[in-house]
Amino acid sequence: MLKPIRFLVILLMLPLLALPAAAQSDPKDLINALSQGKLRERIAQVEAIAATGESEVVPALQALKNGDLYFKKSDNTVYIAKKSGRDLALLDPITGEEIEVVPSGAVEKIKVNNSLRRLIKQAVGGLTLMSKDPSVRISAAQTIFDSGDPESLELLEEAIAAEEDPTVRKKMDLARAAVILNTDAPDETKIEAVDLVAENGGRNVLSILKAVTFNASPAVAEAANKAVGQIERTLVLWDYGQTIWYGISLGSVLLLAAIGLAVTFGVMGVINMAHGEMVMLGAYTTFVVQEIIRNSFPELFNYSLLIALPLAFAVSGGCGLILERGVIRFLYGRPLETLLATWGVSLILQQGVRTIFGPTNKEVGNPDWMSGAYELGGLVITANRLWIVVFSLFVFAALFVVLKKTPFGLQMRAVTQNRKMASSMGIRTPWVDAFTFALGSGIAGIAGVALSQISNVSPNLGQSYIIDSFMVVVFGGVGNLWGTLIGAMTLGVANKFLEPFAGAVLAKILILVFIILFIQKRPRGLFALKGRAVEA
Amino acid sequence: MITPFIIKALDKKASWVVAILVAIAILVPIANLALPRDSAFHIPNYAISLMGKYTCYALLALALDLVWGYCGILSLGHGAFFALGGYAMGMYLMRQIGTRGVYGDPVLPDFMVFLNWKELPWFWYGFDMFWFAAIMILFVPGLLAFVFGWFAFRSRVTGVYLSIITQAMTYALLLAFFRNEMGFGGNNGLTDFKDILGFNIQADGTRAALFAASCIALALSFLICSGIVRSKFGKVLVAVRDAESRSRFFGYRVENVKLFVFVVSAMMAGVAGALYVPQVGIINPGEFAPANSIEVVVWTAVGGRGTLVGPIIGAVLVNVGKTFFTAAFPEFWLFALGALFVGVTLFLPKGIVGSVSGLFGRVRKTEDQHPNIHSAAKEAAAE
Repeated sequence: MLKPIRFLVILLMLPLLALPAAAQSDPKDLINALSQGKLRERIAQVEAIAATGESEVVPALQALKNGDLYFKKSDNTVYIAKKSGRDLALLDPITGEEIEVVPSGAVEKIKVNNSLRRLIKQAVGGLTLMSKDPSVRISAAQTIFDSGDPESLELLEEAIAAEEDPTVRKKMDLARAAVILNTDAPDETKIEAVDLVAENGGRNVLSILKAVTFNASPAVAEAANKAVGQIERTLVLWDYGQTIWYGISLGSVLLLAAIGLAVTFGVMGVINMAHGEMVMLGAYTTFVVQEIIRNSFPELFNYSLLIALPLAFAVSGGCGLILERGVIRFLYGRPLETLLATWGVSLILQQGVRTIFGPTNKEVGNPDWMSGAYELGGLVITANRLWIVVFSLFVFAALFVVLKKTPFGLQMRAVTQNRKMASSMGIRTPWVDAFTFALGSGIAGIAGVALSQISNVSPNLGQSYIIDSFMVVVFGGVGNLWGTLIGAMTLGVANKFLEPFAGAVLAKILILVFIILFIQKRPRGLFALKGRAVEA
Repeated sequence: MITPFIIKALDKKASWVVAILVAIAILVPIANLALPRDSAFHIPNYAISLMGKYTCYALLALALDLVWGYCGILSLGHGAFFALGGYAMGMYLMRQIGTRGVYGDPVLPDFMVFLNWKELPWFWYGFDMFWFAAIMILFVPGLLAFVFGWFAFRSRVTGVYLSIITQAMTYALLLAFFRNEMGFGGNNGLTDFKDILGFNIQADGTRAALFAASCIALALSFLICSGIVRSKFGKVLVAVRDAESRSRFFGYRVENVKLFVFVVSAMMAGVAGALYVPQVGIINPGEFAPANSIEVVVWTAVGGRGTLVGPIIGAVLVNVGKTFFTAAFPEFWLFALGALFVGVTLFLPKGIVGSVSGLFGRVRKTEDQHPNIHSAAKEAAAE
């Protein structure tokens, strides 16, 4: 127990020592010096290296401790050696770069013994705990927390006393508590430590506390047990939260894919089988925009999605308009045949895209602001999923405003509710139909922009979403946007809750069966339109 | 009871169709087996299995036409019944392999040995006997159709909603059969068949016999459909198609009418699948794909729904086209199929047969009820 103190003394004497040792204070030279001298002198050598106070010497010390530090017999330079087949690869002790590969006969191992190992361990702990860089100090505290090594206690306490940064200090306190649990400290101290560790919560303290319940005095064990129970309860809650989040995330994808379909189906009673292909066109528009940006204006890459949004809306909306004017308007009143014709259109669009872009997946990049992840308590939220949830809600809100607050929306709703009456009031229903269809398709296009971020962009992209979108629309009910929102979210969350114990495929099957049964109970979905419109 | 049914079914046109089918069933195998190879009328082996495939497709299209053309139920899940019948036959064929499999297990099919299963799952029992498999070919699709139809028609799920949930049904089955745990060979399905009823499945004679059996099955089904359609019940069927609510107000049990044809049609589809599997030599979950079922709809639409000959002609024509195009211009086929969907719905709403017979002035009204009466009936139903 004296050694750390001696080490600290040396550390404090660093400025004094630095003068005579000036010639040798370069860490590289100090490390190279390890190749000379006996085992006895090595203590001083290690202390000298530690005295530099530079964290860059840490790898060399670790290697020495693990017996990976070698010196070349020819020129006495020291390297970290790594096995490379039969030979040894020599790495620079400071940078870790590979220098050369030599046969094992050309080098000699630098010997260590146990007391030296202990010294190194403390020196490393001290170097990192006392480092100038707070993030190094935090990770050192984390290492001690994970190992719970009782020997680092005194060092840690010194470091705590010297620490000024409150966040680092908190980490160190936590590490200290974890260490105390492994010592034979009195029960009260240990219970305090249990409380402190438990307060921090999280998955990684569970194992520490569980270990305590086995090999501590009854009072401590009881406290630990209680803490374990509490933590497990919160963890279960967080797990639920995470599942709900995944569900919402899946639901928002469904919502994006289905919302355009809800518009076209709601107003015209037309099931557009080519809807998935409108989504696909949106995704391919994103791809083309990104290609152009990559080749011509690479600095705009982060804005590529924003540029793609209006374009995708225009492309898919335009296609929708042509489809409505060219095919669907001749088939009104024959919904089943519309279904077939739009299926034909979807085949043509798929094959067209396959001919132009090839059958393989296309790479669509994530802009910087969409990559990464956030941690919120026990939740892990990836940025692209978060953006898609936000985006889908935004699209929903925008569509809601268009339907409720604009003259076009008013006409659309009028046509939905009673086509003949609307027509008698002077609304040009054919044009309302055409633009409604264009609007629904355009929304599918911007959904494609979002989906290009999370799924493969291939000619089959639309196919993989079309059945799910149908399910959402049918489940939610026609002619009511809220139905689509609630339908999408319910199906998404239900799917994710079933997945853990049923598996992904079975979960999907169960959802499909549920919807089939649900339709029997409520043939017009969750939110059915009431009144004469129902069978018109 | 039976005799008047047959007499009614065999009106002049129907007897022609049946006669032609029976003639094909006899002549084509003869042309394949008996005629020398260099004869102008010799039919090569590959053509036999292709024609056998088309015949099964025609039977499937006929089954769909019975529900869609005559009862207005657009099922986008008929491929599911077809595949179930196929699986029932496939299970029988798998059990016939016996010790000739790769692993040589006398009872377990190869994929089960591969998955380390120790005993046969209960639903595989009995499939070593042909009569049992034959019953299952009818029973399983029929049962599914009965349960599904029982729920759907009683709760008055109609139109597009019904189409979509039939699609959901076949999609759910697709996913389910992909699972190895289901015990139907998962992704790879059932294949590597050896013999059927003791005959080598690869032999020319067996193939010709299977083709003849498919033709006979098609002829029989045609007879049944014709009988149903021309009976009094057939009139009710058309009434349900054209004005469902009004038929209900007249006192007909619409849901029972629908349920009956749906089950009959599903059984026919099952038979089609069962005959299809030994001829192509494999059944896998891909047959459940929703796209397949939709393709069947287009065969029916091309040929002419609401006519019984139409779907047969449509299925054969479209599939001959498919065979030709996918070989000659593989890129082009989906364009052609897509254009066919759009073109037929826009320009040939009655299909080839419907339009041709329309040209000759022998129109049987298939659709187009007076629109005002139609919607009036529906509005009345809504109130």
